[in-house]
Amino acid sequence: MALLTINENGLYCKQGDFYIDPWRPVKVALITHGHSDHMRWGMKHYICHQHTVPILRLRLGIEQSVQGVEYGEPFEINGVSVSFHPAGHIIGSSQIRLSYRGEVWVFTGDYKMEPDGVSAPFESLLCDHFISECTFGLPVYRFPRATVLYQAINDWWKSNAQQGYNTVLYGYSLGKAQNILAHLDKSIGDIYLHGAVANVNEALEEVGFHFPGVRMTTDMDRQSMEGAVIVAPPSANNTPWVKKLKPYREGMCSGWMQLRGSRRRRSVDKGFALSDHCDWNQLNIAVEQSGASHVYLTHGYEVNFARWLAERYQVEAAVLKTLYNDEMEEEG
Amino acid sequence: MNFATLFERLDSTTKTSEKVTAITDYLHAADETEKLLTVAVLMGYKPKRPVKTTELRVWAAEITEIPLWLLEESYYVVGDLAETLALLLTADHASDVFKLRAILQDIMMMQTYSPAQQRRAIEAYWKKFGGTSLFLFNKLLTGNFRVGVSRKLVVRALSEYLAMEEAVVEHRVMGKWDPFEESFNTLFHQQLLEEKHFLPYPFFLAYPVDPVFFDGAAIEDWIVEPKLDGIRGQIIVRQGELFVWSRGEDLMTEKFVEFDELKTILPDGTVLDGEIIPWKNGRPLDFQLMQTRIGRKKISRRHLEDVPLVMVCYDILEWKSIDQRDRPLLERRELLEQVLQTYPVENRLKLSEIKTFDSWEAADLFRVEARQQQAEGLMLKRKDSPYEVGRKRGNWWKWKTDPMTVDGVLIYAQSGHGRRANLFTDYTFAVWDGGALVPFAKAYSGLTDKELLQIDQWIKRNTVEKFGPVRSVRPELVFELAFEGISLSSRHKSGIALRFPRILRWREDKPAAEANTKQDLLDLINARHESNS
Repeated sequence: MALLTINENGLYCKQGDFYIDPWRPVKVALITHGHSDHMRWGMKHYICHQHTVPILRLRLGIEQSVQGVEYGEPFEINGVSVSFHPAGHIIGSSQIRLSYRGEVWVFTGDYKMEPDGVSAPFESLLCDHFISECTFGLPVYRFPRATVLYQAINDWWKSNAQQGYNTVLYGYSLGKAQNILAHLDKSIGDIYLHGAVANVNEALEEVGFHFPGVRMTTDMDRQSMEGAVIVAPPSANNTPWVKKLKPYREGMCSGWMQLRGSRRRRSVDKGFALSDHCDWNQLNIAVEQSGASHVYLTHGYEVNFARWLAERYQVEAAVLKTLYNDEMEEEG
Repeated sequence: MNFATLFERLDSTTKTSEKVTAITDYLHAADETEKLLTVAVLMGYKPKRPVKTTELRVWAAEITEIPLWLLEESYYVVGDLAETLALLLTADHASDVFKLRAILQDIMMMQTYSPAQQRRAIEAYWKKFGGTSLFLFNKLLTGNFRVGVSRKLVVRALSEYLAMEEAVVEHRVMGKWDPFEESFNTLFHQQLLEEKHFLPYPFFLAYPVDPVFFDGAAIEDWIVEPKLDGIRGQIIVRQGELFVWSRGEDLMTEKFVEFDELKTILPDGTVLDGEIIPWKNGRPLDFQLMQTRIGRKKISRRHLEDVPLVMVCYDILEWKSIDQRDRPLLERRELLEQVLQTYPVENRLKLSEIKTFDSWEAADLFRVEARQQQAEGLMLKRKDSPYEVGRKRGNWWKWKTDPMTVDGVLIYAQSGHGRRANLFTDYTFAVWDGGALVPFAKAYSGLTDKELLQIDQWIKRNTVEKFGPVRSVRPELVFELAFEGISLSSRHKSGIALRFPRILRWREDKPAAEANTKQDLLDLINARHESNS
């Protein structure tokens, strides 16, 4: 009998009687990471990596019952052995490995293999059944190396600063923002943070992470900002908030920026395909390295990627219909 | 600077002024042999496509070792074949320098190659280019190049670079010219202007009238004409030859053979501006009829008999080889009337009718009913206005009748192209026919970006079935569509064809059951035909 199945509440382990990233209130929820489509409100008890705990308290409230765990330390729930392993997606993000009567299942949550210097790097796990996201599961998504992108971002900031422009970088406030902040070249100019980004940074300080940047406040003198970089969530694009930063140029950091159309639709000046998901090559490597005979695909181009895997690697590949956000540009 | 670096600069700003600067910077820095080709490409010049795009897909799939179906699925998502191929084929090495002239010449040469030679030549380019250069090469290879730079913007940059008035530049770059035959010198040299006797003047175009216009304007100062539904054109007689240009700057002389005789009737150095419409038995015919005639490669005798064309003239731009455009409209109009009376042209050229109204309110009564007079509204032109260049506010306005509308149910969606790639923006709408929904129109435009995103999310959650790029969705959302014309058609499933359908608004207040019916549309067609007969 399968160790993980989908029911109306989410991804369920019957043998252990717990859920992973459920979308409806349940008793026991194992949480892969702190993005809102994976960590939802209303669970009786949450189990997540210890670095996700402050995020959970920030987003869902301090009164929640939460148990923080370490990477690579197995524990048992009703006879099922459970362990969390680094997924490399954002700080605290985990793959969840289940082992029961000699059969191993791995649910990746969201993940990437390209190290970002902030989150614990992805760890490849051998398993029989591999449940993978495939947000960028098409061969047109092959991202440049992150180091190349960090360099491009800094070069662009520098050139904007020289021309007297501020630089607004859009990236999701949890994950992408920290990834960007860790690689900005502080010698170019001042770094400012949108409130949503500053909130996350402050929460992460509790578990020992420190990021550069000054929180923007309403009484701040915007005129004095010159050649600065401002890190903000994509939702700040086209708002009065950002207009006050004039003169500025806007850049979006997201895997979706790989496509010209996505970038032009956002009407930003520049797009950087800096992603916190696997690209096509990484997804293929991950599946191969898992050694799994059965692969299940969740959100993304799951139908195409399943067909590709079945044809190319002769594995059993199937689609798992979840409520994790499909094609969501904010978190790319 | 080369073409690829210019493209990157143009593509990394949304501001017009920065784009103009990028082009002028390029013109100052670029190689003389590349410059004019760049201008031509930015203005829409493209070599004939040497290979079918299906072959490109097959070759690229083989090289990248992905199955063809996966390439096709990727193309649906990217929405642009040139970009799809560039993303699939880009390897990790730097690109060769992008030389536009050599590339265009090679692409033209490829037309003479065998398929095997073509493949070898194209694969060589695919190997030496990556990223932007590879994308641009594919764009040139497949045609249909849009850079997000308007013709007007290129003209502005040229005018800055050449220190020449925009109107003059506009005139010089009109029509079709071969960038391999011309140079900056031949195209923009003062003395060579006279030789371009076939060129039209830039059209003066009107904006939709501002509501505030009516507060200040005295109707006596204005000429009011019915706005006819045809093809805007210029008829040119110079050096014993006749040319007919459409507003899209296409030379259409051969499509409009009935005007040919004018070259022996009208004196050299005559340029007339007006609307070309189908006309028979003393009255206009439906515009749709002319559309079918224009679509033909060869015009048969039957077409000439069934759908004869006339030009309804409203302006004269040149007379006896003298540019008349600076004279006040009233004087030009007088001259035009004289010319049409003096020369035996009444079979081919009609004078645009001037409507006299006591007030704007009276004019509005006509406008609302304009469709029954085969007009799509009114044109308002200041009596003392010169003939300006391009679309300008102030002296000419168009005051169109309100479009016809229908409420349709969204049943299919497809992702768009270009800026709208990877977003469901191309919709098919249906009306009720008994208990069934029959598709009757496709529409792409009219919604705000915010609405598009909202509907895109809805479509993703309410998909019933996927067929390739198309999704069928739950028939729940209702949209009000506007259109300019409606007729019976054997080519459409519903038996009805709409002209220029677009989305007016999302009727969030209406359930699908309250959308219009096929009978409502048939009633509209009948009503129109009754008013015509």
